[in-house]
Amino acid sequence: MAKIDLSINTDLARTILSGFIRSEIHRVGFQHAVIGLSGGLDSALSCFLAAEALGPENVLAVCMPYRSSSPESLEHAQLVIDALGVRSVIIPITEMVDPLIERDPEMNAVRRGNIMARARMIVLYDQSEVFKGLVVGTGNKTEILLGYTTLYGDSACALNPIGDLYKTQVRQLAGAMGVPEPILTKAPTADLWQGQTDEGELGFTYAEVDQLLYLLVDQRYSPQDCVAAGFAPDFVQRVVERVRRNHFKRVLPPIAKLTNRTVGYDFLYLRDWGT
Amino acid sequence: MKLKIALAQINTHLGDVPRNLQKHLALIEAARSQGADLVIFPELSLTGYVLQDLVSTVALSPRADDPIFGQLLQASQAIDLAVGFVEEDSRHRFYIAAAYLSQGEVIHIHHKLYLPTYGLFDEGRFFAWGDSIAAFDTRFGRMGMLICEDFWHASPPYLLWLDGADIFLFMSSSPGRGLSSAPRLESARWVEQLVQAYANLFTAFVAHANRVGYEDGLHFWGGSMVFDPDGVLLAKAPYVDEGLTFAELDLHQLHRTRARLPLLRDERTALVQRELDRILKRASQANR
Repeated sequence: MAKIDLSINTDLARTILSGFIRSEIHRVGFQHAVIGLSGGLDSALSCFLAAEALGPENVLAVCMPYRSSSPESLEHAQLVIDALGVRSVIIPITEMVDPLIERDPEMNAVRRGNIMARARMIVLYDQSEVFKGLVVGTGNKTEILLGYTTLYGDSACALNPIGDLYKTQVRQLAGAMGVPEPILTKAPTADLWQGQTDEGELGFTYAEVDQLLYLLVDQRYSPQDCVAAGFAPDFVQRVVERVRRNHFKRVLPPIAKLTNRTVGYDFLYLRDWGT
Repeated sequence: MKLKIALAQINTHLGDVPRNLQKHLALIEAARSQGADLVIFPELSLTGYVLQDLVSTVALSPRADDPIFGQLLQASQAIDLAVGFVEEDSRHRFYIAAAYLSQGEVIHIHHKLYLPTYGLFDEGRFFAWGDSIAAFDTRFGRMGMLICEDFWHASPPYLLWLDGADIFLFMSSSPGRGLSSAPRLESARWVEQLVQAYANLFTAFVAHANRVGYEDGLHFWGGSMVFDPDGVLLAKAPYVDEGLTFAELDLHQLHRTRARLPLLRDERTALVQRELDRILKRASQANR
């Protein structure tokens, strides 16, 4: 297979993305950012970018462990907080989510994971009001395209600086910005149960799928072109189908059109309207 | 003769014309106080770029009795101006437009000819297509103005060249895209190569004013620049940052360059017309 180079100029990415955070927060009258810091790579990078954009004193990192969360996650989040000097708070979600989870002894891991992700969203948006800051997102391009995210959970945010970077690019930029080594090198995980890893759950590696998505999305290859480029046909098919099936997570819910002017169809303004 | 150009590389407030006007007036005054003869603003500098349904609410008429243009025309008593705006014509069509103002008069209006309506662009949905192109005389020589996508097509700069333009004013709101390991975005590389190529091909001065700032997730990359008739870079604004960048044009360079390289003298316009007629005739026959 031909080598597909996903490497980026990190200085350029850093300048554009920190400027984006600054612009999109300041122009609507805010000074602060709120970020859910999981101990993983994506939220660490978002936190580094926000601290650079706004100053660390204007960033609140919120750690939201559940009782089964790995202690390592909290330790790694603390490494980020210490490295940047951002403000931080630990708000465990166990007492919020357990009563709901315990109502159904049959509840599976997907449901539990979704409840946890949405509980964290509630905490973040509450802290957003307390700290008078906007919630900065932590979803990367790979998981957005694959739909490897909880709708209205970890995908909920006011702005997302890293959503156009594939996971492998997130790692490159995070390394360039000084995200602590243990976070850079550990296996990505949603940390919903012990031993869970993204790549184990997805069934392929980020290195593989990022290259395929780059051809499909960025380079507009057809699935057949991707197979010709050396990707296994069943892998291509699975990814193509997954991207399509999860599109609902990437758009606002459709509104049934009745009038001559309807939000989403012919009432069109950027969010930055008037600013 | 010298012409000192100021490139006003600005961010804008989306749809807030009075606030954008204040920024224009402040930069015009700053450029004037630093001895500039002409200040060039980017595409849609008075309105912002992704206007969508704001188009009809920000449209202007470039006349002295328009409250916005009245102030710009007043400012043009001291220094020539090229500004970007939305024009509403007498039949209520809306154009992406550029105005050249000098000594209290509107010297020329250009309507954007090519409206990109693909990829991240949706201009054709919201704007009318410009339908004419002409160079115009200024107190510094004959100029031509084009807006962004216009100069992605070779014909508009070519027509302006044949119509006598020796100084090209290009105005853009170019969204940044194409991040790779290279030190600049692909969009920056494309535009910079194009702009320099026109200076070389037409042995003319080319100034390009681009925007900075953000609109939602779009980032405008700046990097405004001026090339001389030899294709030599005279000035370049930084990427990302707002500000004025000055370039002093020695207009006699046109004489020296064209003495060395008489591309304009040798341009075979009759051949172009003859062959274009043949090609278009053949195309229309093929479509029958």
